[in-house]
Amino acid sequence: MARFLIALPVVVALVIGAAFFWGLDPDRDPGAVPTVLLSQPAPEFDLPPVEGAGVPGLSRADLSNLERPALVNVFASWCVPCRAEHAVLTRLVQEEGVPLMGLNYKDKPEDAAQWLRDLGNPYDRIGSDLSGRAGIEWGVSGVPETFVIDTAGTVVYRHVGPIVAADDLARVRSALAAAAGAAS
Amino acid sequence: MRHLICAVLFAVVATVAAAVEPDEILDDPALEARARGLSAELRCVVCQNESIDSSNAGVARDLRLLVRERLVAGDTDQEVLDYIVARYGDFVLFRPPWKPTTYALWLAPAVIFLGGAIGVTVALRGRRQRTGDALSEEETVELDAFLSRQGDGQ
Repeated sequence: MARFLIALPVVVALVIGAAFFWGLDPDRDPGAVPTVLLSQPAPEFDLPPVEGAGVPGLSRADLSNLERPALVNVFASWCVPCRAEHAVLTRLVQEEGVPLMGLNYKDKPEDAAQWLRDLGNPYDRIGSDLSGRAGIEWGVSGVPETFVIDTAGTVVYRHVGPIVAADDLARVRSALAAAAGAAS
Repeated sequence: MRHLICAVLFAVVATVAAAVEPDEILDDPALEARARGLSAELRCVVCQNESIDSSNAGVARDLRLLVRERLVAGDTDQEVLDYIVARYGDFVLFRPPWKPTTYALWLAPAVIFLGGAIGVTVALRGRRQRTGDALSEEETVELDAFLSRQGDGQ
């Protein structure tokens, strides 16, 4: 018993140390909203096109029979980080042929169309989510957010915030590659 | 008159904390009261230490409207919460549910309290035993002999 008591402070210190090791990890973001969509089929939604954007609208059905894994990107013309991310997404589409779907979140169609005219339109389809209701179906907490969808329409990865850092892009690429590998 | 002023002031103070806008409020006071109660239970996903009832964020407003819409459609309180949890996860609940991933969370206070109580009990009992230790007969005789010898020497 006495021997056990002598070891007790060490045990307590180890437990507290382990908690700090986990809790103070700089890669851990305690504010991150976890997604319930991972490994789940994409939610039901059906959105009209953005008028003037020149691409069709987006619905759940458009995601269920894809030729290769795709990105669903939540964006808005009023969102400044989206502008930075736009160039990265455009390059992904042009250089790697990744199908890119847009969910235009709470944006006036004319503003969105103008934004796409100014920066170019890398999206295959864009759904106009004026009310933000489709955003809620996707569990979106802010813009931009990007989901990786496999060919069956299952959500395999979610990225919160703009994909601009090399690390972010690498993670999205590896999710795309993993989804492609699983499908073939 | 003074009562009226007081009533108005109280009413104003009571509504300051809420972000609910007039156009969101339901006509049915019973449904509205349930909506307010549910909104206070739901965390805003943008400003995470606020409930959607007190947050001015756009998503919070959308969720408040959604809660009211579900209530008008005839959902029970639990169904409304389930609907939102299905989209945002347990994270949005201020009171986490009781399930395997939250056992540690719910049980930790009781475990820490029990551990402390056992520790204190053991420590106190040890001390009482030590103070209760009387001298054995042999020791008493020896001590008496020693003391009387000391007394003789003076």
